[in-house]
Amino acid sequence: MTDKIFTKDEWLERLGGVKGDYKVFVPVKDGDFHMFAPIDSGKKPDFSYQNTRLSPKGLVYPQSERIFEYSLDKQDEDAFIVKEAPKDYAPQAVVGIRPCDAQAFQIVKINFDNKEFRDPWWVQRFESSVLIGLGCNEPCDTCFCNSVGGGPFSEKGLDALLFDLGDAFLVRVITEKGQAFVDKVGGGAEAAQDAVDKAKRLALEAEGRMTSKVPTDKLKDKVVLDLFNAPFWDEVAFACINCGTCTYLCPTCWCFDIQDEAYGKQGDRLRNWDSCMYPLFTLHGSGHNPRDKKFQRVRQRFMHKLKYYVDKYGDGVQCSGCGRCVRYCPVNIDIRKVCARMNAYEG
Amino acid sequence: MRNPYLPYPVRIDKITTETVDRNLKTFRFVFLNPEDEEKFAYTPGQFAELSIPGKGEIPIGIASSPTEKGFVAFTVNKVGLVSSYLHNMQEGEVMGIRGPLGNWYPWDEMEGQNVIIVGGGFAFTTLRSSIIYMLDPQNRPKFKDIIVVYGARNPGMLLYRDELAAWEQRDDIHMHITVDGTDDPDWKYNVGFVPAITEKKITSAEDAIAIVCGPPIMIKFTQPVLEKLGFPPEKIILSLEMRMKCGIGICGRCNIGDQYVCKDGPVFSLAKLKKMPPEY
Amino acid sequence: MLEYAGKIREAAKKLLADGKVDVFIGYQKGSVPMMNEPVLVKDPEQTEILHWDSHCGLNLCNYLTKRTDKIGIVANGCNSRNIVTHIIENQIARDQLYIVGIPCEGMIDHRAVVRAVKYREITSVEEEGDRFTVKGPGFEETFAKKDFLRSNCVICRHRNPVIYDEMLGDPVPEQTDVDAYEDVKKIEGMSSEQKWEFFNRMISRCIRCYACRNACPLCYCPTCFVDESRPQWVGKSIDPTDTMTFHFLRAYHCAGRCTDCGACERVCPVGIPVRQFTKKLNKDAEELFSWEAGLTLDQRPPLDVYKPDDYNAFIR
Repeated sequence: MTDKIFTKDEWLERLGGVKGDYKVFVPVKDGDFHMFAPIDSGKKPDFSYQNTRLSPKGLVYPQSERIFEYSLDKQDEDAFIVKEAPKDYAPQAVVGIRPCDAQAFQIVKINFDNKEFRDPWWVQRFESSVLIGLGCNEPCDTCFCNSVGGGPFSEKGLDALLFDLGDAFLVRVITEKGQAFVDKVGGGAEAAQDAVDKAKRLALEAEGRMTSKVPTDKLKDKVVLDLFNAPFWDEVAFACINCGTCTYLCPTCWCFDIQDEAYGKQGDRLRNWDSCMYPLFTLHGSGHNPRDKKFQRVRQRFMHKLKYYVDKYGDGVQCSGCGRCVRYCPVNIDIRKVCARMNAYEG
Repeated sequence: MRNPYLPYPVRIDKITTETVDRNLKTFRFVFLNPEDEEKFAYTPGQFAELSIPGKGEIPIGIASSPTEKGFVAFTVNKVGLVSSYLHNMQEGEVMGIRGPLGNWYPWDEMEGQNVIIVGGGFAFTTLRSSIIYMLDPQNRPKFKDIIVVYGARNPGMLLYRDELAAWEQRDDIHMHITVDGTDDPDWKYNVGFVPAITEKKITSAEDAIAIVCGPPIMIKFTQPVLEKLGFPPEKIILSLEMRMKCGIGICGRCNIGDQYVCKDGPVFSLAKLKKMPPEY
Repeated sequence: MLEYAGKIREAAKKLLADGKVDVFIGYQKGSVPMMNEPVLVKDPEQTEILHWDSHCGLNLCNYLTKRTDKIGIVANGCNSRNIVTHIIENQIARDQLYIVGIPCEGMIDHRAVVRAVKYREITSVEEEGDRFTVKGPGFEETFAKKDFLRSNCVICRHRNPVIYDEMLGDPVPEQTDVDAYEDVKKIEGMSSEQKWEFFNRMISRCIRCYACRNACPLCYCPTCFVDESRPQWVGKSIDPTDTMTFHFLRAYHCAGRCTDCGACERVCPVGIPVRQFTKKLNKDAEELFSWEAGLTLDQRPPLDVYKPDDYNAFIR
């Protein structure tokens, strides 16, 4: 497969043309920050963005989703019988997704699609999504993707990757799914050698600009109880206000809640994002709460990402280094510092 | 692929009030679609999500035994939103159950062993399932002595009182029923806390496995008694409770370290628990 | 404001060394620009990490609730007013506290700075007097602090602490000619439909992370109404009605208690100007009860007292 090159105008115009076959999501600016929106939302696609404020995990795994529905009307024959709610699994393309966010889908996949259970909704929506990445020419100061198995131009989890060459995009197809999408887009031209060289150079330069290095190499050899009982958790947690910002912005936080809501004689079962930062997350019916203290909840979040996940799946940490939690934590609790501390801790 | 979140529709067939405070009731469910009963093949120690449309789901241990056919039963303590609503439901009403979920008591390991069952309060449900299962004529020869220590606050708080009385009469199971205290002059069983009665009645750990199920305080004080008797941590089996939602190890809330109580548990050996963060 | 960092360290060190307090609560310099981290110091030697500049965002009063030890704490105007409210509401006792007062000239609105440099990556922000310099890859710009104050600081009328045990500097002049409620009046002037539209649009991006609630020193209820399940006051999804219910109820819980410290707005990850809700109630409290929260230890907030001369007939 050879790389293709599109002028930016052609790329955008042609993206608009595939909306009959794919629902196309692109980054757009909304107020002070970017988000993914359908290409026909009326907002101008903006590929010169840094990253979206919320991760694109919601495109596969919505913050709130109606999973089942049922009738509560005793007159109905199927009253109180829970049924699948209709859902849309039409093919969707996320164009301009950053490599860290694409890798994040791979990190959470093992949770939603494991050998014992498959989460039908996550799996179907993931399978109907094609991820067209956009390499980071200028990684942020808070990014550390290359410390956790990715990189500003990593192809992990992507179906195709865009290189921003200034006035043009070089498009590199990675998977068959990506090929099918690029075929559907059509147009472009075969990339000349100098464009390919330029793309390579951009990737190298970006890698060189990454300033945050987060050591994770020793995490897997630590004894879980040593880290759990480490003396620093109180200190790490002091400033935490137990809001859900870190978990809600995170592309790899997957925890959810299941709730029923009734509207007269009709009811829904919903699945909502949840957060281990909330005391309610683990509160038993009896009133007992195994994590009723703030430091326990903060410890849980870091231990889950940086130790439990590492131990359970043997494939690195549950973090793709996007840096959102670092940047937007209202009290500046920095996972890079915590990770370094855990990695260096000798029981 | 069957959707693991979709409950089987069931009808409440029978409701039995178990305790004098009326806070514990046993619900017997019949599957609306008979073929679902086969799909719901379970092993004692497992649990299921009781699913009430409009209210939500609660994880509850299965109290019936797979040897009892035609229904599945759960004993539910009235504590929260869903359990309180369930307590007000009537026989004949339709709801859902989702499962079976979680692991089970180590039945392979228990074969050929003496089985010591230590239970307290309303945590006796999966132990009832286990006792019925072991006493089934097909299964009974697989186990050596079955010794049960079961206690509640007072006689009125014991679950399954008719069955307890019937087991008392049998010679293939040794029952040691106890209450914390009673003013009933006709009480003919033990008085005392479960750990103390365990210490008195269990004499040997030889060829034995102990299954312990009860409130945290009972577990805390029973553990050293069993260890003193010579039970190694591998042979002390505990069943844990935790707030759950999905029940299949995906929603992320019931973890203890890298283990999910809903999927990797609820049954853990003490040996395993000792290596896990004490966060339960 | 930078000069206070050294003074805070000195004061904290002495307090801890003399055993006057068990712990000292202040800020340390953050790991990213314009973000300082609240910190608790126990050891006099550790006081070196204490810091103060124009990016002390979160209200430290959050960390006082129900503590049982003796605490030294840094307080500027709004923090001190929340300390007063905390004392009145029995969340902490006055004699547990040693308040180190700081006259405040306002905090910098980090979002405005990001906008001013056109969303380029900021790697450092250095403060010098009434100016600050922002640096990033390929750019460096200097701004006047007064043009970048947080909107609650712009209209602040209590920059000096109202309660303290020690002041680290001379009081700054208070602003007297500000119109604190210009924006509220604008909304009051709208028709019902326009208001509905305005608030709907405002909260449409809310992700219900509850950062606004958790950053608020007034929100210390053991169980928040949004977490109650019996009865369940608010749905848990991101249905607009539920989201609006959350915001309105939260604001009403703060009526007559809010000091407009701005923590809620600063922490919102999606930039919702949540003070639009609380400010209206502050305005009402001022107009109806001549009340501003947290100015005195001698008076309870208007909504938890009975007065025989209440202007409402139904209560008399």
